[in-house]
Amino acid sequence: MAHPAQKQDPLEARLAAHAMPEGAAWAREAREDALSRLRAMGGLPGKRDEYWKFTDPTTLNLPEPPRAQCFATDESAPFSEIDRLRIVFVDGVFDAEASDDLALEGVEIERLSDAQARDIHWARDAYGVLETRGQTPVARAHAALNTALAQDGVVIRVTGRPSKPINLTYLHKSEVSDAILHHLVKVEPGAEVTILENGPAAARFSKVMEVEVADDARFHHIRLQGRDHERRAATHMFARLGARSSYKSFTMTVNGVLTRNEQVVEFTGNEAIAHIAGAALGDGKDAPFHHDDTVFVTHDATDCESRQVFKKVVRNGAEGVFQGKILVKKDAQRTDGYQLSQALLLDDNASFQAKPELEIYADDVQCSHGSTTGAIDEEALFYLRSRGVPEDEATDLLVLAFLAEAIDEIEDESLRADILTRLQAWLDRHRG
Amino acid sequence: MAIAETEVREGVDRETVETVQAMGGKYKYGWETEIEMDYAPKGVNEGIVRLISEKNGEPEWMTDWRLQAFKRWKLMDEPEWSMLHYPKVDFQDQYYYAKPKSMAVKPKSLDEVDPKLLATYEKLGIPLKEQMILAGVEGAEAAPAEGRKVAVDAVFDSVSVGTTFQKELAEAGVIFCSISDAIRDHPDLVKKYLGSVVPITDNFYATLNSAVFSDGSFVYVPPGVRCPMELSTYFRINAENTGQFERTLIIADKGSYVSYLEGCTAPSRDTNQLHAAVVELVALEDAEIKYSTVQNWYPGDENGVGGIYNFVTKRADCRGDRSKVMWTQVETGSALTWKYPSCILRGDGSQGEFYSIAITNNYQQADTGTKMVHLGKNTKSRIVSKGISAGHAQNTYRGLVSMHPKAKDARNYTQCDSLLIGGDCGAHTVPYIEVKNNSARVEHEATTSKVDDDQLFYCRQRGMDEEEAVALVVNGFCKEVLQALPMEFAMEAQQLVAISLEGSVG
Repeated sequence: MAHPAQKQDPLEARLAAHAMPEGAAWAREAREDALSRLRAMGGLPGKRDEYWKFTDPTTLNLPEPPRAQCFATDESAPFSEIDRLRIVFVDGVFDAEASDDLALEGVEIERLSDAQARDIHWARDAYGVLETRGQTPVARAHAALNTALAQDGVVIRVTGRPSKPINLTYLHKSEVSDAILHHLVKVEPGAEVTILENGPAAARFSKVMEVEVADDARFHHIRLQGRDHERRAATHMFARLGARSSYKSFTMTVNGVLTRNEQVVEFTGNEAIAHIAGAALGDGKDAPFHHDDTVFVTHDATDCESRQVFKKVVRNGAEGVFQGKILVKKDAQRTDGYQLSQALLLDDNASFQAKPELEIYADDVQCSHGSTTGAIDEEALFYLRSRGVPEDEATDLLVLAFLAEAIDEIEDESLRADILTRLQAWLDRHRG
Repeated sequence: MAIAETEVREGVDRETVETVQAMGGKYKYGWETEIEMDYAPKGVNEGIVRLISEKNGEPEWMTDWRLQAFKRWKLMDEPEWSMLHYPKVDFQDQYYYAKPKSMAVKPKSLDEVDPKLLATYEKLGIPLKEQMILAGVEGAEAAPAEGRKVAVDAVFDSVSVGTTFQKELAEAGVIFCSISDAIRDHPDLVKKYLGSVVPITDNFYATLNSAVFSDGSFVYVPPGVRCPMELSTYFRINAENTGQFERTLIIADKGSYVSYLEGCTAPSRDTNQLHAAVVELVALEDAEIKYSTVQNWYPGDENGVGGIYNFVTKRADCRGDRSKVMWTQVETGSALTWKYPSCILRGDGSQGEFYSIAITNNYQQADTGTKMVHLGKNTKSRIVSKGISAGHAQNTYRGLVSMHPKAKDARNYTQCDSLLIGGDCGAHTVPYIEVKNNSARVEHEATTSKVDDDQLFYCRQRGMDEEEAVALVVNGFCKEVLQALPMEFAMEAQQLVAISLEGSVG
């Protein structure tokens, strides 16, 4: 049960640390609305909130983020082999110099603050709209907070098929930065876009991306969450899918003391598909690791297909969490819903907690979920070792094989190869 | 109802049709026994708690225990996390104690037993020999029972009216009696175990039960004894506006075995009635307890009026190494079911099993499942849950599998399948999985689907009407659980499955 009096205070403290950005009347109104929403839901989540049963939100609620060291690496930047349009944010602030020219055929890209400064802009009918829809039946306080306070972001309207992916890169340079980004993506009917995201962003990162995928449109999303050990992130993707549209999202996470990735996907047009996948690797040796994937898929149209595949590999006290839900409304007949969450615990201290839910009100459906947790298969390990593969390598091979099902969700071959290279590098660094 | 009106097609076994028809379209046990009752005043307060304790002739320690629970209960809030929606229960608008007046003096022979009480058990289909004993007649134990022996403890509203085969069980060393008798005759055992699995602070309904429970069954199986017959409790709510709060405590001492059955019915009424039971099982080293329930409380009518609110706390403590507890439940009744039979797998190598069929039709709602808490090494658990939802019903599986850091090499397998019949019902799955050590292996699978059209077509092609075909398919869907039931119950359960779904097709 809510205890408004106890929860209000962290919210007010948090709000005092930020100023609400300026903008046109509609933008200010949307932000004020978000604030009222947030207050109405009882403020920021506490440890006793059911939706935060497995993840402690305390450090996400604090007025100031805990200090997070920047992680130095000599590796090439992710996606650097790929021709892409780069948009760079440093500690949550757009960096025009480091970014490419935002002009690209088939897509309009603007900075959020520019869009919100104009009285007439398509973003007016989009900012905070999907976030609001995503607040029922479960409140997502950090998303509402983001809508109210977002300092920066981009608005992307896709009208055609741009020749290259759009890459949002989030650099982390200050140990005390608190970044709040809000992006809008609108994929017009028949259009198609690929959005790449990478980087730790800040000491603490709050991000909301609202994605409207119109009829016959396609949205691809690949994300590599930054490697900084001490960073904290609470991210939200809110998507609404039109008829025959497609939404595909893959996230790879390595390191990070706290990551909470929420995806809220709603089918409103018939015959659409959504594939949501994630791979997370955590080694608690260098720093604590806690990774939480929370997914909520709502089927409110007929003949749609949703697929969730989440894999986690954890060791040395690392913690994996999965909360997934498929909600099939009464008229969403012939829904095909699938959900898989698996964890590989590499040693005794690692843990995995899952709550894979189904809530179904239509009768002509096929919905299933599976969840398994266990250690590396001793027999498989023995098989490889008996063929001369050293134990470390054999373990890595089995880890890769375990993750393959999630990584296979990436359609683009070069992107898949890029992810695999990084995965291999992580495994090499974390031997034994 | 549809079956009675259905014309019989050629090729369908006449007997099958008659059997199904004989069961009547509606709830079979919906009649009421008009019998004079002694009631305690409505509502619950310290005075009522003391009164119940006094009526049962309890010692002071028991009264204090109840009062402590009641004190705690007053501070608790009703849980709201389940997917059950119902108007708030007025806990002061219930009778907490009701006893047939005729039970005040124990009848000496069959002729002296209140014929109404006698007729109640006859109508419920309990064999005559047992019935004599059930009605409290002395001397009937000597009469040979036919067929397989099942000892019965019958609870009528708030009190146990009789327990059969006590003498034969006593020869084997097994104690099987009402909990009020146990408090009087075996205080040491009760003191030691009562509340040790479900403490008085456990949850809202269990705490209320601890304060006001009026009767229930008590079983103690001594070390190394294999209980010579099935034990059974038959619960009947009869009086109006009366909550039934029974308490069951079963202790299986080292190396013993006991199989326990529980059945329940209530009259059809248009008001909701409260039932909040607590069942505690304790299995010591190498002991095994098999606990089966066919829950067939009045489910309310087809418009969702009336029915029992069933809030039950059932928990087993596998305290000893290699102990084993198996819960099997067939939940077809009640307007609301809130029930999570659980196993605390404390002993190394202990095992917990949970087999469940929950059928909801019309406006019934069920939120049921299990908790398997693995604490000991090499502990194993298996969960098979089948939920069937028809009409406007909502059926939720809610479960927890928890592997603690010390539960080395523990195993769990969970399968929960839901079947939807019709477009206005819902089926939900809410499993919690918590794994804190890597040698534990947890597997969870869940599916939701509708009755397969191909299977229906196949059956219909062979001359079954749609309703029979659905019943057959559903029975197949439930097979794994039905097989886990003791034979007597399996038959009853199979028929119940068909009856519960009547009127849900077409």
